[in-house]
Amino acid sequence: MPFLTVVTLLLIYQLIGELFVLGFSWPIPGPVVGMLLLLMTLLLRASFATEMRPSTDKILTHLSLLFVPAGVGLMVHLSRLEQEWLAITLALFISTVLGLLVTAWSMILFSKWFQSERSYDK
Amino acid sequence: MTSDSAIWVYLSASPLFGLTLTLVSYLLAVKLYQTGRGNPLLNPVALSILLITSVLFASNLSYEAYFSGAQFIHFLLGPATVALAIPLFDQFGKLKKVWLPLTAALVLGITVSGFSAYFIALQLGASEQTLLSLIPKSVTAPIAMGISEKTGGLPTLTAVFVVITGILGAILGSTLFKLLKIRDDSVKGVAMGVTAHGLGTARSFQLSPEMGAFAGLAMALSASISPFLLPLVLSFVQRFQ
Repeated sequence: MPFLTVVTLLLIYQLIGELFVLGFSWPIPGPVVGMLLLLMTLLLRASFATEMRPSTDKILTHLSLLFVPAGVGLMVHLSRLEQEWLAITLALFISTVLGLLVTAWSMILFSKWFQSERSYDK
Repeated sequence: MTSDSAIWVYLSASPLFGLTLTLVSYLLAVKLYQTGRGNPLLNPVALSILLITSVLFASNLSYEAYFSGAQFIHFLLGPATVALAIPLFDQFGKLKKVWLPLTAALVLGITVSGFSAYFIALQLGASEQTLLSLIPKSVTAPIAMGISEKTGGLPTLTAVFVVITGILGAILGSTLFKLLKIRDDSVKGVAMGVTAHGLGTARSFQLSPEMGAFAGLAMALSASISPFLLPLVLSFVQRFQ
């Protein structure tokens, strides 16, 4: 599938996603609905994934670039960041570590828990 | 008016400048990151933000003028999110096996990430607007901004917290997992996606395709759950304050 076709398809799925969100006034973002719709399409037609993969891989390699413009927004908030830098720095740092740990540990814990529950059924 | 300043007036009004500046800075930052052999401290996003901000300050250009060009890159977050369906599909077999513990870990992870930041900043005397803007900081940018707007935060401040959190997660993640002997790629991926959204996902793809796919999945699920979950927990927290 040519690159341009893939990009057009991605935009179409996003558009359908946005329309769903608007139509049913869901609080979920349109692109996420678009992604779930595309996933459903792929489950019905697996060959689509093989055809789209070379192009989507190219797009996803540069995922971090897409966050740069929002990050530059920090220059608008410099005076606030200067005043509250300690609170903000510690809050962001500690909560990121906690978030990583709690998610990983609970995933491991729940996996064991649900597995042992399943083994009782046997 | 000299011809030099006329050129500058044209450039600063045209979206071309912000767009080019973003791409040039990012390419330079990636080059630097590669020269540093992928040292996570040389995070390309952090470097490009630093570079761009310096240029804008030096040239006395406003963020609005910059964003008129950079918005084209910002916009691509949407189609890139849709594109995550492909790696997700690749891992679908594994996903079916772990969806129950995954959902449980998601709810806990989203709540802890957002509200630990809220309470730490509260203890250290941060302003109300800062507190509210911190809550969705682990959710991917466009969704986090929407949540922030709904709960009384500042969407653009939230976007900054989102990016900083993503950079921190990308830098700290692999070291932390090594230290704590967490080896399962699906577990590591989910933790990165929940805590550090797209930037954690990008970092995870560098480490392994399975870790990347699970990070993308966790990010997408978190983006769907958080708009319901975070305001709910916040109203609960506010009732007891």
